[in-house]
Amino acid sequence: MLQNAFRGGRGYWALLGGWAILIALGTVAYGHQLTQGLTITGMSRDVSWGLYISQFTFLVGVAASAVMVVLPYYLHNYKAFGRMVILGEFLAVSAVLMCMLFVFVDMGQPARVMNVLLHPSPHSVMFWDFMVLTGYLALNLVIGSVTIEAERKEAPPPRWVRPLIYLSIPWAVSIHTVTAFLYAGLAARPFWMTAILAPRFLASAFASGPSLLILLALLVRRFGKFDAGREAVRALSTIVTYAMAINLFFVLVEVFTALYSGMPDHVRSFSYLFLGLDGHNALTPWTWVGEALAVACAILLLIPTVRHQERYLALLCGGVIAAIWIEKGMALIVTGFIPSPLEHITEYAPTLPEVAITVGVYAVGGLVLTTLYKIVLTVRERVQLA
Amino acid sequence: MDESRRRFLKSLGSVAMGAGCGLPLLDSARWLARPAAVPAAPTQWAMVIDLAKCSREDVQRACTEACRREHNVPSIPDPAEHIDWIWSEHYEHVFPDEVHAHMAEDVRQIPVLVLCNHCTDPPCVKVCPTQATWKRESDGIVMMDMHRCIGCRYCMAACPYGSRSFNWRDPRPYVERDAQGKPASDYPTRTAGVVEKCTFCAERIRTGRQPACVEAANQLPGGEGALTFGDVTDPDSDVSRLLRDENTICRKIGLGTGPNVYYIVPPSLAAIAHGGEA
Repeated sequence: MLQNAFRGGRGYWALLGGWAILIALGTVAYGHQLTQGLTITGMSRDVSWGLYISQFTFLVGVAASAVMVVLPYYLHNYKAFGRMVILGEFLAVSAVLMCMLFVFVDMGQPARVMNVLLHPSPHSVMFWDFMVLTGYLALNLVIGSVTIEAERKEAPPPRWVRPLIYLSIPWAVSIHTVTAFLYAGLAARPFWMTAILAPRFLASAFASGPSLLILLALLVRRFGKFDAGREAVRALSTIVTYAMAINLFFVLVEVFTALYSGMPDHVRSFSYLFLGLDGHNALTPWTWVGEALAVACAILLLIPTVRHQERYLALLCGGVIAAIWIEKGMALIVTGFIPSPLEHITEYAPTLPEVAITVGVYAVGGLVLTTLYKIVLTVRERVQLA
Repeated sequence: MDESRRRFLKSLGSVAMGAGCGLPLLDSARWLARPAAVPAAPTQWAMVIDLAKCSREDVQRACTEACRREHNVPSIPDPAEHIDWIWSEHYEHVFPDEVHAHMAEDVRQIPVLVLCNHCTDPPCVKVCPTQATWKRESDGIVMMDMHRCIGCRYCMAACPYGSRSFNWRDPRPYVERDAQGKPASDYPTRTAGVVEKCTFCAERIRTGRQPACVEAANQLPGGEGALTFGDVTDPDSDVSRLLRDENTICRKIGLGTGPNVYYIVPPSLAAIAHGGEA
């Protein structure tokens, strides 16, 4: 089965080559970081997490969203997702891999990563996050490869994989919940310490993940001679619409609680995001663009005639991904550190090497996703021909 | 591919994975096998800082410099990369809940010494994924193992006092050295990529001495009693006496962390601000 990843046309190899170049650039930048330390990033004593941990948070959502195709297909026997499920599972594999890499590149002493297993600390949410992410990666890798292998043999998947599939459903919810608990459990950071954080993470995940899946399905149909089905895309677009609306509602709930209560600790982070604080407003334009995009996409998605036209849908999915990337991948983590516990305002902007490393990690995810999808497409093509 | 080789590789992989999954249990086994702890008299070291005496510039400098020398704390010029174990902040930033709109500007800006609070329920210890930072049962010091720390900085996000510093770069070129290039003390210098903070001078307490900052303040004329260190569980200790007799406060008490660094508030903060002692 794996051999299919090593045979392909010119386009396939060009794509892999592109990822390889980006990975090489990222590796060079990472080598620089290994020798110089994290000083090459834009992070500081006050803003001690930045782009890496933000991307980790965003991608945990993408990974968790596989459940939005797995659940309808396996629990409700929703046949239209039959050809989409494997795309979701392999997207999850690639996303979890990127999550782990982002945590890894953020570490000051990456050589000691195994200390997390050697000195297990159940009181630390990060320990649990490590566990659930590893488990989720294994689950999706096993489920994905076993089902595609069965498809290649034109046989039903073995029965033992069924319980694993059922297990992967709550597990998907757990990875994003535990990731939210990483932040929500900290009394030191009022901006994150809100019970709505985990539900909000899930809602935004179920909007951005399926959006990405729709885009990938459209790309695969166009360039890979494989159609996941119009009904599947349409059903996914409904999921995106609801998730986006719920996500906006959760954001409003949070803004209301902070602003109406008027507690300075809670108000200040939102002031920083939307208006700027004491003349510091690096994130303000991002926030407004992100929120405007989120509202516009949600409204347009709600109109069936717009949503059902695939060229508009593709645009809207891009918009949803961008809006949630700004919200989770830019604003959420940095703003938690502003102002600092000693009331200082230190702003953050990623540096060039930091961006290069980030792009490199995304390229690893792209490479893995490309090869996994290539395997799926080849197997399906052959089955169709036979 | 050769079917048997493939099967062999598969089973090899499963065995390796199984063994890997067992690793976390090793530590638990060690934990089960450890000897039952000897019930020693638990101590909780604590510090009482006299706001008035400690607002003096010479006292502050003596304390922070003694600490820097004692622990080879690097002096990195870039504020974004500062490493500080004990340092000075404005009153309004240290005690945000004690400040109101009509407080005089100079009172707000009284310099206050801050350091790790060695909390009774430390959030940094709770979040550490490797137990590289832990609360020592024997004396309540929040310790730091710079050889175990993976540099994830979760503790920095969790500390509500900003008491933790990360080595963004190699700190060694920024450590104060004598003419022969030797650092000021024998205390191990750190590498890049780990978090550090005040340890209440655990290495000095072990030999019956006071923390370096306390000693430095008390040696300064007029600085006697600026910092007092002792066991808060001992009712006869100096810190217990001060906590009974003086008006003392802690930082962000509402968060439930239980700080063990206390501040004596004089009857008039304005007197400190205007240069004299209260």
